[in-house]
Amino acid sequence: MIAKIVRESDLINLLGEWLKEYELIAPVKRDNLVVFDRVDSAGEVLFNYSNTVKSAKELLLPQSETLFTYSSVDHSASIEAHFNDAAPKLLFGVRPCDAKSFLLLDKVFDGERYKDAYYLNRRANTLVVTIGCVKPRTTCFCTSVNGGPFSEDGSDLMLIDIGDAYVVKVTSDRGAGLLEGAELEDAGEDDLASMKRVIQDAEASMSPKLAIEGRQENLESIFDDPIWGPLTEKCLGCGVCTYLCPTCHCFDIIDEARDSQGERIRVWDSCQFSQFTLQASGFNPRLTNKERLRQRVMHKFSYFPKNYGLTGCVGCGRCIQECPVNLDIRDVLNDLLMESVIK
Amino acid sequence: MTNTSLKLKEADLAISDQIREAARRLLQQKEVELVIGFEQGTLPLRFTPCFIRNEEDVDRLVWNSFCSNNLAKYLIKRTEKVAVVAKACDVRAIVELIKENQISRDQVVIIGVPYSGMIDRRRIEAELEGKEILGVEEEGNNIILKGNGFTKVLDRNKYLCRCCEESTPANPVIYDILIGELVEEKVPCQSPEIAEFEAKSSDERWSYICAEISKCIRCYACRNACPFCYCQECFVDKTSPQWIGKTTNPSDTLIFHLTRALHVAGRCVGCGACERACPMGVDIRKLNSKLVGDVRELFGYEAGTSLEGVAPLATFKPDDPEGFMLNP
Repeated sequence: MIAKIVRESDLINLLGEWLKEYELIAPVKRDNLVVFDRVDSAGEVLFNYSNTVKSAKELLLPQSETLFTYSSVDHSASIEAHFNDAAPKLLFGVRPCDAKSFLLLDKVFDGERYKDAYYLNRRANTLVVTIGCVKPRTTCFCTSVNGGPFSEDGSDLMLIDIGDAYVVKVTSDRGAGLLEGAELEDAGEDDLASMKRVIQDAEASMSPKLAIEGRQENLESIFDDPIWGPLTEKCLGCGVCTYLCPTCHCFDIIDEARDSQGERIRVWDSCQFSQFTLQASGFNPRLTNKERLRQRVMHKFSYFPKNYGLTGCVGCGRCIQECPVNLDIRDVLNDLLMESVIK
Repeated sequence: MTNTSLKLKEADLAISDQIREAARRLLQQKEVELVIGFEQGTLPLRFTPCFIRNEEDVDRLVWNSFCSNNLAKYLIKRTEKVAVVAKACDVRAIVELIKENQISRDQVVIIGVPYSGMIDRRRIEAELEGKEILGVEEEGNNIILKGNGFTKVLDRNKYLCRCCEESTPANPVIYDILIGELVEEKVPCQSPEIAEFEAKSSDERWSYICAEISKCIRCYACRNACPFCYCQECFVDKTSPQWIGKTTNPSDTLIFHLTRALHVAGRCVGCGACERACPMGVDIRKLNSKLVGDVRELFGYEAGTSLEGVAPLATFKPDDPEGFMLNP
């Protein structure tokens, strides 16, 4: 493992260097909210924050994007693909949960059978510099879904705050490239000991684990159980959980046409919306919030693991913090697993 | 995950006890099949809607300043007989929904709770700069927040939901069971924020609204939390014909918010459920509150204040004021 020491002044210099080559996307404060946005100077970057209100997924999967435009003139048609976002980007300051979410999105958009050119284009152009979580929130449950406050999955570099400096771990070849030319001290034994302590403290402060890994069968066994009714009764059917989620990736494709010209647009969609599975016949297999919330839970904790071998949730806790009616996914999972054991 | 350290202040404890007692009796005597109220949530500032069908679950019901969801939402088109624990703005929504034939008066037992001053958790969170709150207690007018390495005492009156701040009635307009006693109503005052908004030029108002709406991610939490958004098919969801674009371009999001504001004009009771549901901090309520004031001024109508009277946008009178059409 390569580990370097980065002091505050080094970090400002590094960010300055990176700004010359990359579009820098980092946590910033906008109207009292911490969000990822493009920054033009290192001074704008926020370091002291727990997490952003929205996840970083829109960097790879924008909420709406034009896939191509088309037009027809005199019986002939022309199509022009839109590949925007070609500029190299550096996503700085994501948390390990969001970094890991990119690996899950890869399964979907860079799969064996389907490759999404738009996603791949952005993915190849985006580097990920993660800051480990020294102070996880009580709503964080990454350790329950095979992650952790210092998980390196999906990161090119990992920064760990040891108080007076950061230990920087190089976690990919692209990450090594980011430090090329920078004169940084190697992390010494003391630094590594401090890092170990910080990691231990953070891990010890995590909320108790949920026993959900490898429980797909349990969930499937209660697909038709009446428990889903009361569990989802207070759900308002809005899209907060899915739109803030780093791993929810369902989308809709629509045409916006005017006369002989138009564009095909991809927009986020949500399984919580009433029309998500409305069929052309008028039939909707997921008629109420019960079926819709069940879909969200099953997709993340049963179908995704079955299809890809990974839990489809990274435990960031955004859905817990922002659900307008405090429908807590941890409670839902606990109740479901309890029910499946009793059955 | 339930947050176990619940400590209610004495007055709230007394209200909670009375709510439980009423709920127990209603279920015992089979007057209702379901009681909808609040229970403790999983996070310190969160209390959450709960649905009680059995007497043995009645003790889950609680009451305090964080019971801010509008429960009228859950009464629409119910077929069973149901009791609802309702504060003033929930009752105002219920009244208006009865007039709109969405709730049948004889199907609902209103357990009215006179209460002045629900707290808006988002206003408190904004104060803490991202620091996590691990526990909260109330003592008189103080809210005591505890977190890792800090204790912060706030004056509750500075963190009220906007509708409580604007001194909308604190007493339920109608009720079947009253919890405690009616409280003294504050003198209604115009919200300073609305006055400030109205004082702006039309260009300034437009840019304010555009800036706010640009934060919208179209999750529709505002719409879905609103008791008056019960259309079977919302115009934003309609695909053939498609009424508005699906993107987050301001042109699309603005049409959503402006149309919604007009659709709830004269019906909106100003409860602020929309604003509190929004994860992006969009000031949605500004438009709605402005329209509440306009409807009051133009038509002398205030939604949810009486079972009598017809909502101005549901009727027509030859002498309806129409100056605003010509001179906005």
